[in-house]
Amino acid sequence: MSPSVRLQEMIRVIRSARTQCEERGVIQRECAAIRAQFRQADNVGRSHNLAKLLYVHMLGYPAHFGQMECVRLIASPRYSEKRVGYLGAMMLLDEKQDASLLITNSIKNDLSHSNQYVQSLALCTLACMGSAEMCRDLAPEIDRLLRTSNSYIKKKAALCAVHIVRKVPELGELFTTAAHSLLSEKNHGVLHGAVVLITELCEQNPESLAQFRKVVPELVHIMKGLVMSGYSPEHNVAGISDPFLQVRILRLLRILGRNNDTASDAMNDLLAQVATNTDSSKTAGSAVLYETVLTIMDIKFHVTHYFFPLVLSFIFGFNSCVVLFIRRSYISMMSLQKIVQTDHNAVQRHRGTIVDCLKDPDASVKRRALELSLALVSAVNIRSMMKELLLFLSSCPPELRAQAASGIFSAAERYAPSQRWHIDTILHVLTTAGADVRDETVPNLIQLITTANELHSYTVHKLYRALVADISQQSLVQVACWCVGEYGDLLLRAECDDTEPVQVTEDDVLDALETVLQSHMSSPATRGFALTATMKLSTRITHNVDRIRSIVSIYGSCIDLELQQRAVEYNALFKKYDHMRAAVLERMPVIDKTSPGHSKGEMTAGPVQERDQTQKQPAVETVSQESTNQVRV
Amino acid sequence: MQFMLLFSRQGKLRLQKWYVPLSDKEKKKITRELVQTVLARKPKMCSFLEWRDLKIVYKRYASLYFCCAIEDQDNELITLEIIHRYVELLDKYFGSVCELDIIFNFEKAYFILDEFLLGGEAQETSKKNVLKAIEQADLLQEVRHNYFL
Repeated sequence: MSPSVRLQEMIRVIRSARTQCEERGVIQRECAAIRAQFRQADNVGRSHNLAKLLYVHMLGYPAHFGQMECVRLIASPRYSEKRVGYLGAMMLLDEKQDASLLITNSIKNDLSHSNQYVQSLALCTLACMGSAEMCRDLAPEIDRLLRTSNSYIKKKAALCAVHIVRKVPELGELFTTAAHSLLSEKNHGVLHGAVVLITELCEQNPESLAQFRKVVPELVHIMKGLVMSGYSPEHNVAGISDPFLQVRILRLLRILGRNNDTASDAMNDLLAQVATNTDSSKTAGSAVLYETVLTIMDIKFHVTHYFFPLVLSFIFGFNSCVVLFIRRSYISMMSLQKIVQTDHNAVQRHRGTIVDCLKDPDASVKRRALELSLALVSAVNIRSMMKELLLFLSSCPPELRAQAASGIFSAAERYAPSQRWHIDTILHVLTTAGADVRDETVPNLIQLITTANELHSYTVHKLYRALVADISQQSLVQVACWCVGEYGDLLLRAECDDTEPVQVTEDDVLDALETVLQSHMSSPATRGFALTATMKLSTRITHNVDRIRSIVSIYGSCIDLELQQRAVEYNALFKKYDHMRAAVLERMPVIDKTSPGHSKGEMTAGPVQERDQTQKQPAVETVSQESTNQVRV
Repeated sequence: MQFMLLFSRQGKLRLQKWYVPLSDKEKKKITRELVQTVLARKPKMCSFLEWRDLKIVYKRYASLYFCCAIEDQDNELITLEIIHRYVELLDKYFGSVCELDIIFNFEKAYFILDEFLLGGEAQETSKKNVLKAIEQADLLQEVRHNYFL
């Protein structure tokens, strides 16, 4: 049996194992046999034994005992053995292993071998796993190979140089001249390697970048040749001539054109040509256009601006699945965000598509669609956009809720068509995503409510209903308690223009507040709100003041310090300062957004100063001083 | 490109090419997590996803997933083309390639890949030239020519 059949036979045997245990048994046996074979000095099937080991390694089993065999095989004069030896080295050795140093000499020798396929093995291995030390050692060899006349070797040497520069950036200088001269080659493989190398040199070293700007005309010339040339069967992919090379050239042009007027100007025509002549119905063309758009958006603005219509038509122009990616990609969104700042209307036209992306199953697409949608909200489209955004909020992934809520508040604040709409919107958010809103939402909403004089009745009705329905969303409950406490009289009077009035008794309202006080779902802050609201009602209701008195006195011995303190103070208000109670608990004045605040996000009746009996002013409820505007998106 | 993985729908690894230095343990961890992530994707989702700090480009051909990890500045769409080109090369070489070809001739799959990509970058953009080089190298391996190069 010829050795290679033995390898395939082994693979067959391993695959036919019915259990993991059986597989392990087979592999242990094979590895033992392989180890024994390695120990033999001369052996016809050496390369096949190593290949077997590599297969076993890919299944996840340890294969480190094969490392030295790789070293030995690489040094063999037989091509088949070298080939597998180098493959083994790339799979089993990495620069962290000591054994990798041992192959440096073999690589060095093979780099100058008379047979190009042997040279190729060495180049491939060096580019794949060469350590910094190996790179330093062999860099001069690579430079020499860059100047050979053999294209097959030159193209590989170029990419090897790329690896060397990545590992040891200072060696970049060594390759600069050779890299430049490679640009005049006709061979596409060599050209591609040259462009990649120059890109790497420019990225590593700003001086090289400055130097290489002078090749912009050359690059433009090569690109033009590719774009305008007729059909070339060898390099054609879906009607595009060597898209791989085109993409790399465009990327290099981007780096050279960034922040440089001359370079940007020099590529202006070319970019227009590429954009108009590239058929993007298939991936190859789309890849080129994508890179073109990236370049357009990144070079000097006076060039970019000219291309806005083109970028937009590229992003929104097509329906193929591949281009949908472009539409949603980070770069598209970045580009659109840039464009939106200067030419809002141009992007507005495509708002529908962007909003559709809110429904995309992919979470990263959703995130970008959200950012862009928020950027596109305006006074004109606020109602329809808000519908979409609230819909989004109710089903969006949890990690996006805070951002969405915050963005919605911001948009509502800037463009609310009416106060009632504004309040409704905020309530909707609190109901849907109350747990994800920021702390200052509560005082901000309360402040808003106080300013909407005609809507107090409407608001308290809505909030009472919400409170009775569900007390789990803390921010909503806090605002509801505050409202009920403040405007409970309007609720009891059952008069409301804008919504169905409720028929409630004083007991109903007190029940609702007591439920909040007693619920394990209520946070200490929420209970504070409920207690204060209960207290406030003592001046707004007529029949159940005693009930309030007893609630308040119970909490005088509450284990929560904050509640206890309040209850004690309210008790005092009932007993010693009853004559002040009405004044202290009077209807709040409209809160000024910029009024000085003390506590963070809590609305509390300021504790009555026991000693200051002359104070007749209602205690000013403190408002959070935090940002008067919500977070900007 | 940082690495390329080929795996079956059951998550079995058929080829792994690493262009960055990582320990065996790290490679195993990455492979396991990434395979899981890609296999969980629904058919209608697009071929690109963000994973850790990398961009992942993947495409399924019959029973095999071809998965590449590229860096921020790399072009996702051209990576799709690279994957497609590699599949075409395998197809031409094996004649209507299937997963079994890659299992039983995995070394050849690596040799072909190494003639197309070098250090994570495309080295030859002509399909014809890659296949010609493989053909020549294979000839060199024939027993007749194998003694003392």
